[in-house]
Amino acid sequence: MTTAAAKSTAHSIVEASPRAKAVAGGIVILYAVITILPLLWIVATGFKSQSDAIAYPPKVIFEPTLEGYVNLFTVRTRQTPDFIAKLPPPETWYDKLARQRDMVIAGPSKVVPRFVNSLIIGFGSTFLAVFLGTLAAYAFSRFRIPLADDLLFFILSTRMMPPVAVAIPIYLMYRQLNLTDTRLGMILLYTAVNVSLAVWLLKGFIDEIPREYEEAALVDGYTRLQALRKVVLPQAVTGIAATAIFCLIFSWNEYAFAVLLTSGEAQTMPPFIPFIIGEGGQDWPAVAAATTLFVVPIVLFTVLLRKHLLRGITFGAVRK
Amino acid sequence: MAQIRVENLRKSFDQFTAVHGSTFTIDDGAFFAMLGPSGCGKTTTLRMIAGLELPTEGKILLDGEDVTFRRAAARDIAFVFQLFALYPHMNVAENIAFPLKCQGMAKREISERVQETARLLRIEHLLSSTTSKLSGGDRQRVALGRAMVRRPKAFLMDEPLGALDAEFRHLMCGELRDLHDRIGATTIYVTHDQLEAMSMADQIAVMNRGRVEQIGSPQQIYDRPASMFVADFIGSPSMNFLRFEGGLRTGDRAVVFHDASLAVPEIRRDCAPAPLALGVRPEHIRFTDGAPVRGEVFGAEYLGTTQIVTVDTAHGRVAARLPSSAMVRIGETVGLEFRSERLVLFDVGSGLAIPTANEGSVRHG
Repeated sequence: MTTAAAKSTAHSIVEASPRAKAVAGGIVILYAVITILPLLWIVATGFKSQSDAIAYPPKVIFEPTLEGYVNLFTVRTRQTPDFIAKLPPPETWYDKLARQRDMVIAGPSKVVPRFVNSLIIGFGSTFLAVFLGTLAAYAFSRFRIPLADDLLFFILSTRMMPPVAVAIPIYLMYRQLNLTDTRLGMILLYTAVNVSLAVWLLKGFIDEIPREYEEAALVDGYTRLQALRKVVLPQAVTGIAATAIFCLIFSWNEYAFAVLLTSGEAQTMPPFIPFIIGEGGQDWPAVAAATTLFVVPIVLFTVLLRKHLLRGITFGAVRK
Repeated sequence: MAQIRVENLRKSFDQFTAVHGSTFTIDDGAFFAMLGPSGCGKTTTLRMIAGLELPTEGKILLDGEDVTFRRAAARDIAFVFQLFALYPHMNVAENIAFPLKCQGMAKREISERVQETARLLRIEHLLSSTTSKLSGGDRQRVALGRAMVRRPKAFLMDEPLGALDAEFRHLMCGELRDLHDRIGATTIYVTHDQLEAMSMADQIAVMNRGRVEQIGSPQQIYDRPASMFVADFIGSPSMNFLRFEGGLRTGDRAVVFHDASLAVPEIRRDCAPAPLALGVRPEHIRFTDGAPVRGEVFGAEYLGTTQIVTVDTAHGRVAARLPSSAMVRIGETVGLEFRSERLVLFDVGSGLAIPTANEGSVRHG
C-alpha cells in the first residue's frame, strides 16, 4: 500500500482538532488545579508564620520561615526577655529562631518516634499482607481447594462492613492480649484488614499468568516453590506493586483504629498530627509541616513503583 | 530413550471422569499420537504421564519403572505446550538453558549444549533476542529446543502446532517428524487434527469420552476402524454409514441390504439380527448404472484432482470421492457401487466393528 493510500484509508482514527485538544487540555488542567491546590496550600502553610497562617484574607504571598518545622520537631518553653538575654548566644539557627519569639528549646518533640512508628507499622503490615496474600492467591488460583468459593467469599466478607464497626471488640480483645499500643498489634490489625484486598487483587493477577509457565518449570526440574519464586513472581510484579501501594495507603492513612488503640509507644502519625498544639491553640504551620512530611513516603513509594504500575505484563511469549 | 506403559489409568474430577482406565504401551523410540475431539481425555492422559496431574487409579511405567506418583521433575521427560510457555522474562538462550540451569549444570557446558541445540533447530541467530519478538514458528522451535536440550527420556507434546497458521503447521509437521527421526526419542503427541496424527505418527490412539477406542498404525485406523466413532472421526469427508437390519453368520460373503445382496469381506463372527451399518469410505464408491443402491445427486465439491459428490439415497446422504473428470449433473439419478473388499460392518447398538476378513485382528481399546 502506498503512503497516500494509507492516509486516505486511515479514517477510523482521526487526529483531534486543535479546539478539541484545547478543551481536553483545559479540563485536565482544571482537574489538576482542583486536586493539587489543597496540597500546595498545606505545603505553603508549613512555611508560614503563625500569624500568616491564620491571616484573613488568606495570604498567598508571604515571607517563608522554618518556624513551623522548628515547632514540629521541638518542645519549647516561654521565657522572659531578661532570662533569654542572660543566656549564652544561641548555638544553632533553630535556637536563634525560637529565641526571637521569647522561647527556649527544651528538647526534641515526639514527631520522629511517631514517624518511625508509621513507617514500621505501614511497611510492616504491607509486607505481611502482600506476602500472605500472594501465597493465598496462588493457592486459590492454582490448586483445587475444597470450598474455594466459600472461602473466597468469606475473605471478601471481612471487607463488607467498615472496619471501625468492630473497633470495640478488637479493643477489648487487644487489651486482654496486651496488644494495645504496640507496634506488633497495629501491624497485625492492618495486615488482617489488608490481606483480604491483597488476596482478591493478586488472585486476579495470578489467574492471568498462564499456568503452562510453572508447569514447564516443574517438568524442567523446579519444585513448586521454586517455580513460584522464579517463574510466577517475576511476572506478577505488576500486580504485587499495585497491591502493595493500596495496602500501604490504607495502613499509612488509617486513623480510627490508631486513635483507639495507640496513645503512646506505638502511636502513628495520623492521630499525632491533629494534636500538635502551640500557644493558644492549634499550631497550624507545625500541623502543615507534619502533613507535608507525612505525604512524602507515599509519594516516594508510588514513584518508585510507577514503572511496574505502568508497564504492561509481558505476555509476549504466549499467544492468547 | 524409553518405553512408556500406561496401565488402567483413570482420572476423575469430582463427579466427572476424564479418563476411564486406559492401558497401552508405547515402544521405545516410537512417535505415538493421541487423537480425539476436545474433552476426550487425551490431554489429561498426557499430563498424568508428565506428572502434572496425579491419576485417580492406575500405573505409569517408564522403562518398567513405576513413576505414577513421582514428581514431574524426577521423571526425566520434556513437555512442549500448545502455547509454547516460553518464559517472557528470559531471552531465547536463557529459555533453552533453563532446564539445564535447574539441574545445576556448569555454565560452559550449558552454553555448549544451547549452541548445539540451536544449531539443530537452525535458530542460532535468534539466541539473544527476546521471546516476544519471535514469530509463531520460531517460538515453537525455541520451545522444542528447551525440551530437547536436556536429552530427556521422552517428549510429550500437547497440540504443539495448535497455535500456528495452517500453512506453517504443515511445514512444522515435516520438521517435527524429521527431528524425531534424527534423535529417535520416544514421543507422545496429542492433537485433535487427524492430518497431523496421520502424517507423523507410527501409532495412533483414537480417544473418545475418556476411552481409547482404537490403537493402531495410521493405515489400520483408516482402513479398519474398530468402531463407528473412529470411522467417523478419521477421514475427510468421513466414512458413510448405510444402515440396515440383518443377521450375519460366520463365513458369509454377502449381506442382504434392503432386499439387495451386497458382497462384503468374509464375516468372522455370528451376529443375531440387529441394526447394522455398512461403512463405506467416499473413495470406495463408483457410479454404475446397474448398481442396486440408487440415489439422486445433490451436489458436487470440486477439489482439483478429485471431487466430492453427495448423493441422496433412501438410506441417507452419501458422499463419494470421484475423479474430477467424471461428469456429474445435479439432480440425475445414479447407482452406487462399493468396493466390496474395503467395506466395514458395524453393530449399531454397540458401535463396534464386526470382525471380517478385511479387519484381521483389530484391537478394541
